[in-house]
Amino acid sequence: MTRFNAFNLLKNAVSSNKNWTEQWPDSQPKDEYDVVIVGAGGHGLGAAYYLAKEHGITNVAVIDKGWLGGGNTGRNTTIIRSNYLYDESAKLYDHSVDLWENLSQELNYNVMYSRRGVLMLAHNVHDVQSFSRHIHANRLNGVDNRWLTPQECKDYCPPLSISQHARYPVMGGALQERAGTARHDAVAWGYARGAAARGVDIIQNCAVTAIRRHPDGSVAGVETAKGFIKAKKVAVSAAGHTSVVMQTADVRLPLESYPLQALVSEPVKPIFPCVVMSNAVHAYISQSDKGELVIGSGTDQYTSYSQRGGLPLIEHTVAAITEIFPMFNRMRMLRKWGGIVDVTPDRSAIISKTPVPNLYVNCGWGTGGFKATPGAAHTFAWTIAKDTPHPINAPFTLERFQTGRLIDEAAAAAVAH
Amino acid sequence: MTTYRVAGKGRVDTGQPVTFTFDGKRFEGCAGDTVASALLANGVHLMGRSFKYHRPRGPVTAGSEEPNALIGTRRGAGQFEPNTRATVQEIWDGLETTSQNKFPNLKFDIGAINDFAYMLFSAGFYYKTFMWPKNFWHKVYEPFIRKAAGLGVSPTEEDPDTYASRNLHCDVLIVGAGPTGLAAARAAAVGGVNVVLIDENVECGGTLLSKPNAEINGMPSWDWLAAELVSLRSLGVKIMTRTTAIGYYHQNMIGMVEKLTDHLSDLPKDTPRERMWHVRAKQVILAQGALEKPLVFHGNDRPGVMLAGSAQTYLNRYGVLVGKRPVIITSHDSAWDAAFDLADAGADVRAIVDTRETVDEELQSQARMRGIGMKLSHTVTATSGRLRVSSIRVNPIDDGKAGDGLIIPCDALLMSGGWTPSLHLFSHTKGSLTWNEDQTTFLPKDTPEDCTIAGASRGLWGIENVLIDGASAGVKVAMALGKESQTRQHKVTHDRIGSGVSQIELPTDKSSGKAKAFVDFQNDVTAKDLRLAVREGMRSIEHVKRYTTNGMATDQGKMSNINGLNIAADALNKPQPQVGLTTFRPPYTPTTFGAFAGYHRGDHFEITRKTQIDSWAQENGAVFEPVGQWRRARYFPKRGEDMDTAVGRECRTTRAHVGIFDASTLGKIEVVGPDAVEFMNRMYTNPWTKLAAGRCRYGLLLGDDGFIRDDGVIGRMSQDCFHVTTTTGGAARVMNMMEDYLQTEWPDLDVWLTSTTENWSTIALNGPKAAKLLAPLVDGVELTEDAFPHMSCAECTVAGMPARLFRVSFTGEIGFEINVPAPMGRKLWETLWQAGQEHGITAYGTETMHVLRAEKGYIIVGQDTDGTVTPYDAGMGWAVAKTKKDFVGMRGLMRPDLVASNRRHLVGLLTEDGTKLEEGAQIVFDPHQAIPMTMVGHVTSSYHSDAMGRPIALALVECGQNRMGETVYIPMPDRTIAAKITSTVFFDPSNSRVKIPSGEML
Repeated sequence: MTRFNAFNLLKNAVSSNKNWTEQWPDSQPKDEYDVVIVGAGGHGLGAAYYLAKEHGITNVAVIDKGWLGGGNTGRNTTIIRSNYLYDESAKLYDHSVDLWENLSQELNYNVMYSRRGVLMLAHNVHDVQSFSRHIHANRLNGVDNRWLTPQECKDYCPPLSISQHARYPVMGGALQERAGTARHDAVAWGYARGAAARGVDIIQNCAVTAIRRHPDGSVAGVETAKGFIKAKKVAVSAAGHTSVVMQTADVRLPLESYPLQALVSEPVKPIFPCVVMSNAVHAYISQSDKGELVIGSGTDQYTSYSQRGGLPLIEHTVAAITEIFPMFNRMRMLRKWGGIVDVTPDRSAIISKTPVPNLYVNCGWGTGGFKATPGAAHTFAWTIAKDTPHPINAPFTLERFQTGRLIDEAAAAAVAH
Repeated sequence: MTTYRVAGKGRVDTGQPVTFTFDGKRFEGCAGDTVASALLANGVHLMGRSFKYHRPRGPVTAGSEEPNALIGTRRGAGQFEPNTRATVQEIWDGLETTSQNKFPNLKFDIGAINDFAYMLFSAGFYYKTFMWPKNFWHKVYEPFIRKAAGLGVSPTEEDPDTYASRNLHCDVLIVGAGPTGLAAARAAAVGGVNVVLIDENVECGGTLLSKPNAEINGMPSWDWLAAELVSLRSLGVKIMTRTTAIGYYHQNMIGMVEKLTDHLSDLPKDTPRERMWHVRAKQVILAQGALEKPLVFHGNDRPGVMLAGSAQTYLNRYGVLVGKRPVIITSHDSAWDAAFDLADAGADVRAIVDTRETVDEELQSQARMRGIGMKLSHTVTATSGRLRVSSIRVNPIDDGKAGDGLIIPCDALLMSGGWTPSLHLFSHTKGSLTWNEDQTTFLPKDTPEDCTIAGASRGLWGIENVLIDGASAGVKVAMALGKESQTRQHKVTHDRIGSGVSQIELPTDKSSGKAKAFVDFQNDVTAKDLRLAVREGMRSIEHVKRYTTNGMATDQGKMSNINGLNIAADALNKPQPQVGLTTFRPPYTPTTFGAFAGYHRGDHFEITRKTQIDSWAQENGAVFEPVGQWRRARYFPKRGEDMDTAVGRECRTTRAHVGIFDASTLGKIEVVGPDAVEFMNRMYTNPWTKLAAGRCRYGLLLGDDGFIRDDGVIGRMSQDCFHVTTTTGGAARVMNMMEDYLQTEWPDLDVWLTSTTENWSTIALNGPKAAKLLAPLVDGVELTEDAFPHMSCAECTVAGMPARLFRVSFTGEIGFEINVPAPMGRKLWETLWQAGQEHGITAYGTETMHVLRAEKGYIIVGQDTDGTVTPYDAGMGWAVAKTKKDFVGMRGLMRPDLVASNRRHLVGLLTEDGTKLEEGAQIVFDPHQAIPMTMVGHVTSSYHSDAMGRPIALALVECGQNRMGETVYIPMPDRTIAAKITSTVFFDPSNSRVKIPSGEML
């Protein structure tokens, strides 16, 4: 693996960039692995990376039905924050932010973690109460989050309209300054490169069709488009399609899959310095380094596996953006797309062992899995390696839906996440 | 007449000059010009700078696929937009345009220094550096990169223009009004179906507009076009121009945007700038044609290098020669046709360079006839000229390699790499594509929608062929709609149907690592960037795209996708279909945000729901708050009162005399039918069987998870009819939930649900004098404790209006809720207000309602509960039937964690020092812990209570019901507050005040 740095960039420039080597090889499946991870998104690749790096387990394959990073990792609006209400969530997401802050150096790949601040707007009394609850809980948990008046919101994000004549005037906002964005593709590529360098096989365009089990019920391996692959352990991290894969091992997951749409504008010079989210008017927005306004929508109202959302929701989302930022009315939408998100009843993730011995699952991230990528991958690797939960993911079990020990951020929050 | 305008050519009106400015300089064009055609007519090719290297750029196309000639356009205050394609923007008197992404000016741009360090700025370079020191990314590198990136500047003022939206239903929608679409429209319309024909351009005709020499059925193509349009209109075809189909959605829904004013000098009053059309078509015909493909060679991006077909368009549509001494470089016959048109218009065509060894003899003889030199089996290896091409180097191709070069001076270089079918909308349908090796392109295969694709979009070439294909498509859809139609014969002459070969990159004499052969012009992606991406392990076309940004420019790959794919496939040594094509996504061309928002701006962003009594509240000085979409009166201040004072007075008056409150926003659902009582038993936790008609009961609704979802008082109006009320915010949710259960789980139940929220105006009267005030106005019910006790309901008349009267209380006082038909609401309110004057009545808003209910410990779902609270947590175990077989949430409620001993209970809190707590503040048992602290609950409601003379609060606290009298702590940023746990009922715990004193004279 050629190290990435300014010196090597210069050296290769002089030789017309002809000596760069591949960042990960095009691996073909071996007969057997210690661990097979299904799903080559940020979560699956990251888990493989930490398995190899921190647990010394390198006989690992990450298998994907398409190209790596092609699911929600490469389709989301890249918001990273940790100002969650419940202790369990705050610990997990804050662990993630800790990892984000060093991820470029850790991977020797610039994932462009940009600590530009996430501002969540309150538009009614209920929002104010809810944000206040979050801010107090975050403070006592040591998580950065503070209240801004409407004028302070405007100072932090000049394009914002704080007109009191708006349909839903801004009553204030909760700001997490440590939060921000990152370059989504680079996260998948950085983990892929790091994992491959440690011996992990990344097998693309090879759909897993079923999980095969031993007569005693434990995992035997996976059936794939390229034949059967034996595995001591199987870990599934396949976002919207996790429930489909897990069904083949007779594990029924409490997941519903919805289309989620996002869009970008044409690129313009820097105009938008932070990330703004508003649940009351249903929109969130930031500006990419390329200059595009990156705008996220809510989930469509029906369940679907079609990565093709409807027009009305997009119209509502754009209307919400121009309502809060009237100056963007003449900007143009360049592209919109959809992804499939897997949603649990309590809107929190599952990072867990399963009733099937040696089968593990990391899913249910809904609309907010990107921000958790390093933290989820890191603790998932622990769970796979040690066959036991990491203290941070211990509450995020599958059993909680039977016991009722839920982590219901959606119920508690006035914000989408 | 400007220098490059050709007399007698084009469709612009040379008799009608139009002036506009570009970078502050005045230019003159003709009515019908675009900014690009007008500037070209003035000899200006340099119109922009590229994204990364800031290389000088001119228009490469004449249409909406333009990647280079992007400008800012301005009309007046707030009417500026960046990144407008100069090739599409029509000129009008006074239009101001500016170039972009340059400093200090377009001709001398400091950013162009990047061009010299291009080796450093190879694909993905930013992933490999800017990592040290760690915090420099956000503070130093990123701001620098962000400033360098972006194209134009964002608007900064509010947009004064308006936008509209309409629905349209039709039998057949035809996208594209070129020869294919025109023929399809006629065939379908003759069959008697209703047809809508749209085109993104100013006028219909498509390729015919660029080919005036062709003859259709013996008529010159433009005469045929004019006649055909008249005939189509007489057949009832709706023709819409300047209208772009932006996206193809499920079940043949098409989104279209019509531009209405961007071409006008004077804006007509009350006309929207753009209109979004939501079209549902029974059948759709896609006739979007094809896009010409650039050639990939060193220096192919210099201003003056342009697609040959576009040069032909500039000449024939706009009467503009893009150069007086052009050279052609091509691998396709169609560019020869362009060369002949330019030569015939007076251009000195210096050479036709064709990469092919053999070319049709007829073309060669035509060239010879015009005295045009030909260089077959030749390539272009370089272009020169700082801001516009001034010469090119042409080399013979020998065994795939470039031989010794020859310099040819020129002022334009026209290229053609063949044509690519436009498959964008077809791909939106998730239609499948198939690779066609002969044409080296993808062609459409199957689609799940009722969609037919015709003409050049499916790889058919030549006007005659596409007329026939369009007509067949028209007949096919007419038949699919049960009508008969037939195709017409078309005879087309003087059309040149060409063929060609596909080139990956033109052979070059440069070391391949040095050649700057652009594939994505706007994003500055070169062939070597694509090859580098492959070298670095990017094997999927999606990876190549994302790593290099090829196809991510504002043309969304219309110019670059196929060339990018061919190069990536070549580098991977794989056939193209194995490398794949990136997904086309809506919108087809960049679309104004305002067009999506449409009418939903300002006050109309979302409707403001108002009750019938809202106008009275407004007239009487109420302060409002938004509650969901509703606007509700929050309090009614008298002169000089702030909220606290007003609320204190409203509370005091209500408890001492009587208060009137507008409760119309409460959700109301009429549950009717023989099985209504069974339905209620299954939905709500409470038992309903024994509730007598004429009585009401507080109902508690859970989710299937066992947590509280909604509540409200429900009256049994008769054996088979329940008047259900819900929370204001929960109305739609509860209705949906009920319908969901009824339709999917219990279809056996004979029950009808009707939302009646907006059918009733609901007025609450509360206070010791409520009965006294109301009784004289009521007919049909005797308002005594015996005849109409607390929790009764009845149909009666109130002040002569038909009413449903409830005796309920959300304040702890004697209370009534009077429902009358909605339009009578204000009349009833005013009647009660008048009658209440002698009783000292006050109007109160939501804030007082909150305080009064909190004094009694009544919960507000969504404030005191949050979706994690069970009835037992809320102290309402009494509302859960113990003997019912089933109700929604019963099993959820039995889960171990929901019956655990450490749950958080709703309790009252009284601070020891009399401070009012902050809603949302967190509670701990041990105030001396280090952070992170163990939190055991939070404050859900907190008010100053006038009745108690002190602040009160409700809170969820771990095991709170077992900790009565204990002290808990609320750590605030500046200090820690101690509070004692109490009952949630602060006021009148014995509930004595809801009773009407017996023997009271009414």
